[in-house]
Amino acid sequence: MITVLKGGAFTTVQDLGRPGHQRDGVSVGGAVDGLAARVANLLVGNSEGAALLEMTLQGPELVFEEETLLAWCGGGFAARLGAEDLPKDRPVRVPAGGGVAFGAARSGARAWLAVAGGIDVPLVLGSRSTYRRAGFGGHEGRTLKAGDRLPCGAPSEWARPVLAALRNSPRTGTAWSVRPETLGKAAPEGTVRAMRGPEWEWFGAEAQRRFFETPFAVTKDADRMGLCLTGPALATAKPREMISDAVNTGVVQVPPSGQPVVLLTSRQTVGGYPRIAAVAAVDTPRLAQLRPGDALRFEEISLATAHELYIGRERDLNRVRAGLARLTG
Amino acid sequence: MRITTLGDTALRIELGDQIDEPTHRRVQAALRALEAARLPAVSELTPAYATVTLFYDPVGAVGAGAPAAGVAGWLEARVREVLANPPKSGTTKGRTVEIPVCYGGDFGPDLGVVAAQADLSPGEVVKRHSRAEYFVHLVGFAPGFAYLGGLPKELATPRRATPRTMVPAGSLGIGGAQTGIYPLVTPGGWNLIGRTPRRMFRPRENPPTLLSAGDRVKFRAITREEFAAMEEGK
Repeated sequence: MITVLKGGAFTTVQDLGRPGHQRDGVSVGGAVDGLAARVANLLVGNSEGAALLEMTLQGPELVFEEETLLAWCGGGFAARLGAEDLPKDRPVRVPAGGGVAFGAARSGARAWLAVAGGIDVPLVLGSRSTYRRAGFGGHEGRTLKAGDRLPCGAPSEWARPVLAALRNSPRTGTAWSVRPETLGKAAPEGTVRAMRGPEWEWFGAEAQRRFFETPFAVTKDADRMGLCLTGPALATAKPREMISDAVNTGVVQVPPSGQPVVLLTSRQTVGGYPRIAAVAAVDTPRLAQLRPGDALRFEEISLATAHELYIGRERDLNRVRAGLARLTG
Repeated sequence: MRITTLGDTALRIELGDQIDEPTHRRVQAALRALEAARLPAVSELTPAYATVTLFYDPVGAVGAGAPAAGVAGWLEARVREVLANPPKSGTTKGRTVEIPVCYGGDFGPDLGVVAAQADLSPGEVVKRHSRAEYFVHLVGFAPGFAYLGGLPKELATPRRATPRTMVPAGSLGIGGAQTGIYPLVTPGGWNLIGRTPRRMFRPRENPPTLLSAGDRVKFRAITREEFAAMEEGK
């Protein structure tokens, strides 16, 4: 059981989302950076889709009733375990009654904290993800606040020996770590790779050129649904009304204001604005770390390159999985 | 039939370019055929007005035999195979659902915009909007949000240049030739003309949505007092 002392700015229970209900208008949701969530879960011996905590800009303060294993990945948050630093990207042992305090994000915007056994909240429409806009899923369909208590599942066969080894060690966490950022081939700093969207041809040559050449800035309208950007106005060649159609995570829509919006995991299921581009799935983790004022540039890649990057990253993750399995196997 | 990509994890299958019932029936038929085919690596099929979008996992597709350098082409060929011989599909019989709406005032701050656009009085807009019968083409955008066809042509009004960051739940809007109710507080770019006290989405009920694709809808104009009474009674 975890007791929440402080909820932080926007902390929610997430997993890898609830695909299959978009036809009822239900967002897929789940951790904004699915890769970081999967790695954090692997580091505590959970299945990759176990429920964990997602924090944004200011993290939570928590007390763990039982001794357990935890791991966190993502942005550069200040993090303490009692009086000590809480090391990132590795399994860490928390003693019974141990307090974990996350502070502000010094870099990036979000982090994911996994606990051995996972956060045991009820499944709603097949997922434990918090769908805050709709008010269901996760812990009571909302962000965490002081006094909340979160039940945890039982640690796995993998977690127990790792926990036992740390109990007999002077270290709080393992000497080795797995950084999700190192998996796959990263885009240059401040850049995300993207493909042309279904309505690319609607935009004039000038808008098309600007989109892939000019940096945009993230505005204050940035949340789990999407990032509103500001930069050169992107005009369609002639005004056209679009028939609302499906969208995807990473899709870049351009409303008539000409200022693009990049959709994240809590995106709507259908949208009515022209889709100039779509960010490659491997670069959603980078989108997840952007905060208001940050610069962002789009680099054009082909669909085949996007798939190659994705398959390469998953291959790297497979190696991590195999390495972790060998640890206790 | 055109198939395009929507990022690196989805394919869009275009079954028309109109908002009409024949297109709706083609979309539903393609959806049923693709569901029955259970293609590998497909995580979800989402119907819209004129498309079915197929969400997939590229790694799963390679695992199922797709060449790593041609995942989308491989999937597209599977989709074309399935749709070349779709199973016969009957028409699904929808219900007719009446939805009470309090038009104008604070509930419909853009009623005047729609009226000006149509060169009609606000009262005439309400009369024409509530006299028409609408068809649910799809549910999407937000949980329980039904996209309705059947808006009288003269009431069509372009979306707002900048979407509102917060639209109240139950708001009835017009976006281009489309009309519908926002089930939750969400951002949105449609012109708001009224509000309903009914709840469009209830996650713990089965089905969770008040409206489903294929239903017919009538709006009934109610007063502010009726709205308050119905809201209390829910």
